[in-house]
Amino acid sequence: MKLKALTAAAALLVAPGLALAGPDDDTLVINGETEMVTKTEAPAHMEETGISEIISGWHFRSDETQALEMDDFDNPGMVFVDIGMEQWETVEGSAEKSCASCHDAPEDSMTGVRAVYPKWNEEAEEVRTLAQQINACREDQMGAEPYGYTSGEMANMEALISLQSRGMPVDVAIDGPAQSTWEAGKELYYTRTGQLELSCANCHENNYGNMIRADHLSQGQINGFPVYRLKNAKLNTVHARFKGCVRDTRAETYSPGSPEFVALELYVASRGNGLSVEGPSVRN
Amino acid sequence: MRILTATCAAVLMTAVSAAADEVAPDDVTFGEYGAVETSLTGTEGDAENGAMVMKTKSMGNCISCHQVSALSDAPFHGEIGPMLDGAGDRWSEAELRGIVSNAKNTFPESMMPAYYKSSGFIRPGDGFTGKAGEEPLPPLLSAQQIEDVVAFLMTQKEE
Ligand code: HEC
Ligand code: HEC
Repeated sequence: MKLKALTAAAALLVAPGLALAGPDDDTLVINGETEMVTKTEAPAHMEETGISEIISGWHFRSDETQALEMDDFDNPGMVFVDIGMEQWETVEGSAEKSCASCHDAPEDSMTGVRAVYPKWNEEAEEVRTLAQQINACREDQMGAEPYGYTSGEMANMEALISLQSRGMPVDVAIDGPAQSTWEAGKELYYTRTGQLELSCANCHENNYGNMIRADHLSQGQINGFPVYRLKNAKLNTVHARFKGCVRDTRAETYSPGSPEFVALELYVASRGNGLSVEGPSVRN
Repeated sequence: MRILTATCAAVLMTAVSAAADEVAPDDVTFGEYGAVETSLTGTEGDAENGAMVMKTKSMGNCISCHQVSALSDAPFHGEIGPMLDGAGDRWSEAELRGIVSNAKNTFPESMMPAYYKSSGFIRPGDGFTGKAGEEPLPPLLSAQQIEDVVAFLMTQKEE
């Protein structure tokens, strides 16, 4: 008896959830001037995934969260760009240099950089993430200590550098010497890890737009990184996010900066080829 | 564990008999289409507790993927799997036991986690710590919790 009454009420309660399904149709314009590409045709290599349109995580967030990214005065991530600028100009290490000593103003030297990372480094003969390149400069050029891979200092510097590519399309290379790393990343993307036996694809390829309990699943794109999350009130790096998602499958995670996560980053970045660089973006 | 239990047998008579009747995760027999005919415990399931297991995040957390009208007192039902209203009409008890124990025997490649499985994972973790776990892992639900969930699902009949 009781059960029946509950069922009727429940149908009403549960149904509105369905209205949330899918990304919305809003347009992201920052500061009323920079129109961002947040939905576009999927790159050719994604043909076999069945996904024809790639979509920024911005579309899966509430109007309130979305609004925070539409104006730099409201975007809590912008404070960290300012701190990143201070770091940029600070002399550190045995060579007594700062980033500015070699690269002058980030507006001049760093335009387009974020869009093409991770990227093959000819001298090191490896695919490098932006974080690894930042630390290579610190160690080899400045004689300074590397930043912690997912540290606040690293996130600040990534935010500063990402901003210089705002609105430019993500364009990472997946062929040539980067191809084997890309393949390794793809393999990881489809590997079902942990006691829950879930892969990135289970959530972000097969179920984006769906709710998983209270979370609205996106495509898990990284064009918006570093991301300011309202949940932990700080800037978050790509590998910290990967680690969190793998942990949530009840798996042993990979380490930030590990060859596995570098490969995964290249692969995930390539699934966003064509979306605008958005970092620092805002998510919940 | 076995030896310890045996040693204490005289004192823990009831505990021993419960454990003896319990089918361990590796010993569950799945039929051709993934059904599990025999109870995992021999003790009848408690539907009310099953409902609790399904709603609770640290237990089944079934509603993270399924909508269940009868569990609407708990907020936020997911949309990953089918709605479970009427599951007791669509499936037999044995089929439901199979689906909850290891849905991949019924639905190959299913996204639904296996709730009664303790080994054969890739990079098994220690719960949600992100650290390595050692197999056999404790199954996500105990044998009796599986029976309780099955009992609840059997009450899900469309009027
Ligand atoms: C159990 C489901 C699940 C799995 C498996 C999973 N994620 Fe996620 N992921 C989420 C949820 C929930 C969020 C937060 C909502 C959203 O943005 O999708 C999220 C967010 C993200 C984001 C942030 C997107 C943004 O716009 O800020 C990235 C990037 C991401 N995931 C990548 C991955 C990768 C790579 C893997 C595999 C290693 C993975 N995820 C596995 C559930 C999952
Ligand atoms: C991560 C997602 C997920 C979780 C968690 C989950 N399921 Fe499922 N479940 C699914 C999917 C997806 C299907 C559809 C079968 C398939 O994979 O094709 C399914 C199918 C089912 C079915 C058959 C559906 C029908 O009526 O036809 C039942 C019954 C079921 N699940 C019960 C449960 C119970 C009970 C729990 C918790 C103890 C649970 N599920 C947890 C994803 C999930």
